[in-house]
Amino acid sequence: MVKRATVRFLLNGDLIEMDDVGPTTTVLDYLREVRDLRGTKEGCGEGDCGACTVAVGRLEGGAVRYRAVNACIQFLATLDGCSLLTVEGIGQPGGLLHPVQAEMVARHGSQCGFCTPGFIMSMYVLWAGGGRPSRAQIAEELAGNLCRCTGYGPIVEAMEAAMGQPAVLAAEERIARLLAMIRPEEELLLSGPRGSFHAPLTLASLARACAEAPEATVLAGGTDVGLWVTKQNRKLRHVIYTGQVAELLEVRETPEAFFIGAAVRYSDLPPALLADYPDFAAVLRRIGSRQIRNLGTVGGNIANGSPIGDTPPLLIAIGARLLLRHGEAQREVALEDYFLAYGKQDRAPGEVVVGVTIPRPAPGWRFFAFKLSKRFDQDISAVCGAFNLKIARGRVEAARIAFGGMAATPKRASAAEAALTGQPWTEATVEASCAALERDFSPITDMRASADYRRQAAANLLRKVHVETAPDRVPTRIRA
Amino acid sequence: MGKIDSKADAIAGGIRSRLEHESGRKHVTGTAAYLDDMPEPRGTLHLYPCLSPHAHARIARLDLSRVEAAPGVRAVLTSADIPGTNDFSHGGLGDDRVFSDRLVEYAGQVVFVVVADSRAAARDAVALAEIDYQELPAILDVDAARAAGSLHEPPRVLRRGDSAAAIEAAPHRLSGRVSNGGQEHFYLESQIALAVPKEDGDIHLYSATQDPSAVQTIVARVLDQPANSVTVEVRRLGGGFGGKETVPSHFAAIAAVAARRTGRPVKIRLDRDDDMKITGKRHEMHTDFRVGFDGEGRVLGIEFDIHGACGNSLDQSIPVLNRAVFHADNCYYLEHFRATCHYWKTHTVSAVAFRGFGSPQGLLVVERVMDRIARHLGRDPLAVRQANFYGTATRNITPYGSEVGDNLLGRVVPALVASSDYHARRRQIAAFNAGSPVLKKGLALMPLKYGVGFGLNFLNQGGALLHLYADGSLHLNHGGVEMGQGLHTKVAQVVAEELQVDVARIRVSATTTEKVPNTVATAASSGTDINAAAARNAAGKIRARLVDFLCRDGSVPPEQIEFLPNRVRVGNQEIGFDDLAERAYMARVPLSATGSYKAPENDYDPVAMTGHPYRYYVYGAAVAEVTIDTLTGENAVDRVDILHDVGRSLNPALDFGQLEGGFVQGMGWMTTEELVWDAAGRLRTHAPSTYKIPACADRPREMRMAFLDNTGEIPDTVFHSKAIGEPPLCLALVVLSALADAVAQAIGPGDFAGLDAPATAENILLTLQRNRRAAA
Repeated sequence: MVKRATVRFLLNGDLIEMDDVGPTTTVLDYLREVRDLRGTKEGCGEGDCGACTVAVGRLEGGAVRYRAVNACIQFLATLDGCSLLTVEGIGQPGGLLHPVQAEMVARHGSQCGFCTPGFIMSMYVLWAGGGRPSRAQIAEELAGNLCRCTGYGPIVEAMEAAMGQPAVLAAEERIARLLAMIRPEEELLLSGPRGSFHAPLTLASLARACAEAPEATVLAGGTDVGLWVTKQNRKLRHVIYTGQVAELLEVRETPEAFFIGAAVRYSDLPPALLADYPDFAAVLRRIGSRQIRNLGTVGGNIANGSPIGDTPPLLIAIGARLLLRHGEAQREVALEDYFLAYGKQDRAPGEVVVGVTIPRPAPGWRFFAFKLSKRFDQDISAVCGAFNLKIARGRVEAARIAFGGMAATPKRASAAEAALTGQPWTEATVEASCAALERDFSPITDMRASADYRRQAAANLLRKVHVETAPDRVPTRIRA
Repeated sequence: MGKIDSKADAIAGGIRSRLEHESGRKHVTGTAAYLDDMPEPRGTLHLYPCLSPHAHARIARLDLSRVEAAPGVRAVLTSADIPGTNDFSHGGLGDDRVFSDRLVEYAGQVVFVVVADSRAAARDAVALAEIDYQELPAILDVDAARAAGSLHEPPRVLRRGDSAAAIEAAPHRLSGRVSNGGQEHFYLESQIALAVPKEDGDIHLYSATQDPSAVQTIVARVLDQPANSVTVEVRRLGGGFGGKETVPSHFAAIAAVAARRTGRPVKIRLDRDDDMKITGKRHEMHTDFRVGFDGEGRVLGIEFDIHGACGNSLDQSIPVLNRAVFHADNCYYLEHFRATCHYWKTHTVSAVAFRGFGSPQGLLVVERVMDRIARHLGRDPLAVRQANFYGTATRNITPYGSEVGDNLLGRVVPALVASSDYHARRRQIAAFNAGSPVLKKGLALMPLKYGVGFGLNFLNQGGALLHLYADGSLHLNHGGVEMGQGLHTKVAQVVAEELQVDVARIRVSATTTEKVPNTVATAASSGTDINAAAARNAAGKIRARLVDFLCRDGSVPPEQIEFLPNRVRVGNQEIGFDDLAERAYMARVPLSATGSYKAPENDYDPVAMTGHPYRYYVYGAAVAEVTIDTLTGENAVDRVDILHDVGRSLNPALDFGQLEGGFVQGMGWMTTEELVWDAAGRLRTHAPSTYKIPACADRPREMRMAFLDNTGEIPDTVFHSKAIGEPPLCLALVVLSALADAVAQAIGPGDFAGLDAPATAENILLTLQRNRRAAA
């Protein structure tokens, strides 16, 4: 296949073609250092504060759809074929402010102003999406933008006021036309003194590239790999990017299951899946922030093998299976068997994660999931617990329970499951299962929580499930 | 000036108007330039620091040869490269070293820096250093420091009456400890400085500092040059909160040394994680208390031993702990009183100024004591608080001997009790809790008295420089730093008011030591009080000269001259302000003036901790309603009601922003903001991924805030305004009291210990478990 050695994207409506791009050059460094566009700020360099928020647009059904992302951890080469908008690019004809900007000024939504351009870009994307989001929805969409001055009140008010106000979407038609023109039709392969960046378009090509270069870094959303570069100063010489692989961007629904391609971003998970598993949706909306969910992928969350990824415990409890491919060979494993030990997964060198198959809820099963963290939004779990129980006629017929944050890997609670299975669904059984949970896990103490808290809270989550299945409903969730 | 309506009957943007922030439009368009956004001068080099991984160690070997040989490296600097004194401490104490030298005293201390063509090259080179550390025993917390007797300074004590005897004789007694964690400032703009060498060895420094004059003094000392060879300039900060009061001198000094050494402009911008490891935070304090009280909860005697974790250097720990003592009474008359400050030296980062400067820690202790007295007696915590309130004619002298002047508690608290529906909601919450075994609600009211101003007289001074140009436009500089609080906006409003011109005529530019010298830190909530007063003084001088000119020019007495909006009436004629400026210029009237201000003398002894450290008090009160999850400890603030005193606000919109923002910042300190160090003394929460300031959804679901309609007796400040910067943060302590109330409701009647700040989910759950176990 013909390969292209030039990255092409749009910057505030202008076509940019570059061949001198390092494999890990970040969008933020490019904007600030190469383009001197310094409205976009660096607050943390790890995708946690949102000061660097920019909008990345792609053609969806003929129109450009923008998403807010963190420029500090996104690599520039991943923008191939995209439209990048920064705070410098959203002004209105005649030098007027966009409504989100005008309302922020009018409602005193900026104080020191350093976080403001990032807020403006998140708000711009939210505005472009239309509708009438509630205050809670606005807070959710802005969870990835930290402000230390205002206390957020005036920002939320500005967002509410700006929704629905007419304005021009930046160079909309021109951008749509150019995006159609630069749609990647050949694989991007950059190589230079700083290393190489390869963006295969097909699964076969990806599998071949990875098999041939097992030492290469496989890059999906970059919400983890980006930090290797910005925080650990690691030099990645050979990057293979999954984000342009057609098969990995697929979502398939059957009456039995969902198949989610490994490069599908959290934000693109199918609504039917979230409707089937409301607690999955509740945890999902707390993974990272909107910016992170617009970059991060379920495949990456699994592939990197983190003990504190939020989707693995949920998917293990649901009974998901993982599809892997090495060269021409594909195989499937139960997700729980993929995580072998800390930092060690059942993935051979050069093998890639293709996707995950998530069964739909079977009759009689109920699914519960909880994420415990210091802060409600945009935090990493201290404990993430998932409970998939089949309860019939007051008896637990089957149980799949999995936790994150409790061990070196996401892991099933086999002893706790065994203590439930076949037993009446009573407080006594729950207490026996909580006691068994002590045998399942020996959690550690770290900056997120103590071992003591993790143990207590994990058991209490099972107690909470019991309360939530009782006929007399009492409130159990603070931010339901 | 074309758009200005000279016949308007009021100026645009005068005092009391809800004028937008002077940089608001620039913030939202990304055109407000922070230091890192300025185009670098040609040939600018970049710095990267090497941090000690050890809390306490001697450097046995430091081999930087590979660093020096790395690509792009221009210089490697250690303490040996400092021309003057290796010390950036503001007091000249010698304990805040620019580079560690051979002894490192905290993990994160800067050992050396690399100067290179790019920041990336400097960063790569740092990793090539070969350093052998000889680890020494490290004192990492207050308890270890107490065991080792590791003090910075001898303790200071404030006594009134006989607290020991009063406690002994009291019908009820309680003792315990109240602890608070530190707090990371988390200004969004990390520490940064750019030093540009000039002719004659001069240095022009751009520094993100709240205290340009201090940076000037310290850099001059480090370079061994006179102050007149160092100019410090700052246009705006991306947040400060006290974290840019003494700390920026460190990075300015590093950049200046590098610029002198290389002869090139040099910039240092800290990575977020490095910033959080290197720079100081709010003081962690642990206060042991003993209190004796009567059946109404009235305090008869009280004693505090305030143990401050000051870190490896003293910095401003003495005034910080003093301020904790001066707020350990809050609104309560504590007749027999003793407070002892212990300034512990630990091998951790030096604790520094942070919004409130010790006051929040002092307030926290007495508020928690009030809660515990109430639970001990089974009384409503509000009733116990009210039983202890300062009086107006009697019981109105603080332990340090100041009269509680202008006591507004009698207006603030009843009004908030009514507007927040406190008593009805107390009943509703009890009803909710009765039917809710998992989630429990809590409610609390906290009153506030906050002392405004610096204790030391010399700090209560301001300076300004005002130019009137012949076209009628004005250029204003003053000694304060714009860090988001809207200081430049408010000062411009005051000048506009004084000269009766639209605020659009006034341009405020960067704060620089070249224009306004010998300034003080923009701190202690005093930025407006002193700088707006100085600017008003400058405006008054120009106005007086204009009056004088008009009198001579028109042969009219001064009484016949009146400054109207954008024009002046002279006898029975009116002249536009622009015309007046032009005519005054033609008549060679000097149209530039400096302004100065010194606050009335304080009578204050910082060693005895007695006298009158404050110019006036600010009052307020807050009610918080919270919910906790008794199975997980998760929690949320459901509603907050605030009634607050800001005198007569110069700009209600900006003051409201301080009120709300300060509260939420304090709420973070009370709930999710937890600093965690490991056993080796290394900070584990050095990034926003692990250190959690409030996010958007953490804002209380409902906030009902109002300013007290204060038209009564108020102090002689700028147009009768009062400070707003720090007091709102203190109001957020109410959240901890409300969370403790929810915990108490889950546990059942009686007192319980624990629930310190921050009340993380873990802290709440483990407090519940501990006290349930104790009950069982």
